[in-house]
Amino acid sequence: MSFELSYELLVGLLVLTAAAWSVAARDTYSATVGFVSYGLLIAIMWMQLQAFDVALAEVAIGSGLTGLLLLSAAARLRAAEARVTSRPPVMLRIVAALACTAVSVSIAATVLRLPESAPSLAGAAVGALPATGLGNPVNGVLMAFRAFDTLLEKVVLVLSLVGVWSLAPEPGWSGRPRLLHPFADDGVLRFLARTLPPIGLLFGAHLMWNGADEPGGAFQGATVLAAMWLLVLMAGLGEAPRIRERWLRVAVVAGPMTFITVGLAGIGVAGAFLAYPEPHAKSLILFVELPMMLTIALVLALLVAGPPEPTAGP
Amino acid sequence: MTEFLLAAAGAVMFTVVLGMVRILRGPGDADRVMAAQLLGTGGVAALLLSGIARGRPASLDLALTLAVLAAFASIGFVKGAAMGQDKSAEGDDDP
Amino acid sequence: MSALVDLFTVAAVSAGILFFLAGVVGLLRFPDALTRLHALTKADNVGLGLIVAGLLPQASSLLEALKLVLVWLTVLLAGATVGQLIARVARRAGTRT
Repeated sequence: MSFELSYELLVGLLVLTAAAWSVAARDTYSATVGFVSYGLLIAIMWMQLQAFDVALAEVAIGSGLTGLLLLSAAARLRAAEARVTSRPPVMLRIVAALACTAVSVSIAATVLRLPESAPSLAGAAVGALPATGLGNPVNGVLMAFRAFDTLLEKVVLVLSLVGVWSLAPEPGWSGRPRLLHPFADDGVLRFLARTLPPIGLLFGAHLMWNGADEPGGAFQGATVLAAMWLLVLMAGLGEAPRIRERWLRVAVVAGPMTFITVGLAGIGVAGAFLAYPEPHAKSLILFVELPMMLTIALVLALLVAGPPEPTAGP
Repeated sequence: MTEFLLAAAGAVMFTVVLGMVRILRGPGDADRVMAAQLLGTGGVAALLLSGIARGRPASLDLALTLAVLAAFASIGFVKGAAMGQDKSAEGDDDP
Repeated sequence: MSALVDLFTVAAVSAGILFFLAGVVGLLRFPDALTRLHALTKADNVGLGLIVAGLLPQASSLLEALKLVLVWLTVLLAGATVGQLIARVARRAGTRT
């Protein structure tokens, strides 16, 4: 057995262990810690499969932001959890177990029945890549060949923020999200919140810029930016903005609006919605990606920060 | 050399996952955070080792993303643990 | 020359793994949270440091080497801070019971 294969088997085994762990853990906090570990192991697995872009997204979203989101939920549920001591009835648990088994078995069966060489457009995508001026085929698919999907994805992101905000109580609409208010008033955390963000900002920008030719991209870069902003909020060095601020509303739609504007201009210049005129394809894509990255970073951070709460003062 | 570095990556992953026992056993939240923190650092080490072993520069970017975001997740864990302490100590502590 | 460099890599990386192993053993076997934290930080800082030092001569370019060092510095910075915060949580839990 080669080194490569035994390493993959080891990581695969660890993934399964972590998955079983987060399901078996009794309290939500332990389950969340287990789930974040699981995300990390999955990322290492993706990297083993040479899917760097997926690995980056998994590390950024799966371990970083989702972890914090789940933890905030777990922390809120804790008080209630301690009171609930009775377990659900046996029949209910049996039905749930059967349903889960059925889903798992059908997924496993489907995966096993897949054709040996899956139908793929990878060759065509790589072949047409030079026309976009990009070097990273994943980014080419996201920003050029399937740009419409990416655009809709960004619109969904904005809609989900609207969804979170609509959970706010009536007076909350003039307030700001406070879920992440500083939890420990100490210099240590503030020190980290002052020293880490410069590294994070530089690196987030690097990920986006590099995404044109190497694994990376606007989404991954934006996640790092969002994490840095949330860190500053958690350390109490800044406050989340009031959600009625005009600049905030503009910033939230800036990314999709730029995308749509460039897409509409494509009808006149290149003959189709979201088509880029060939010699300028790469610069246009970067022009779209920059505001998109800022929008994604802002929306992701605000999603984690939760609905606005009523605050005192004007 | 490639084999050695890959084996080293596997060894690091294996050791830090042994530490994951602490996530389950606890007893305190602090122990769980420690195990997760160790897993993050171990993941960074394994990514660096396997990335250099195969000459894939992209894995360095991945390791750096992990380093930055693992720090962020650990802060989140500590926050969750601290909030839990306040809640179990005297109901709700929101000012 | 190249054999000597490889020898250094093997030695440093092995030492790093040893620190990771020691850290995990400490994490599993030490009696209370603060001593376990002590063990963990050694794996974090020294273990990764030795591995990065061992990998430096294997880097293909200066930029790659700089990135390796940057990764280590980031983990050092975060590890030191998170260690402090974890210790605080552990102490508060300890004084209450």
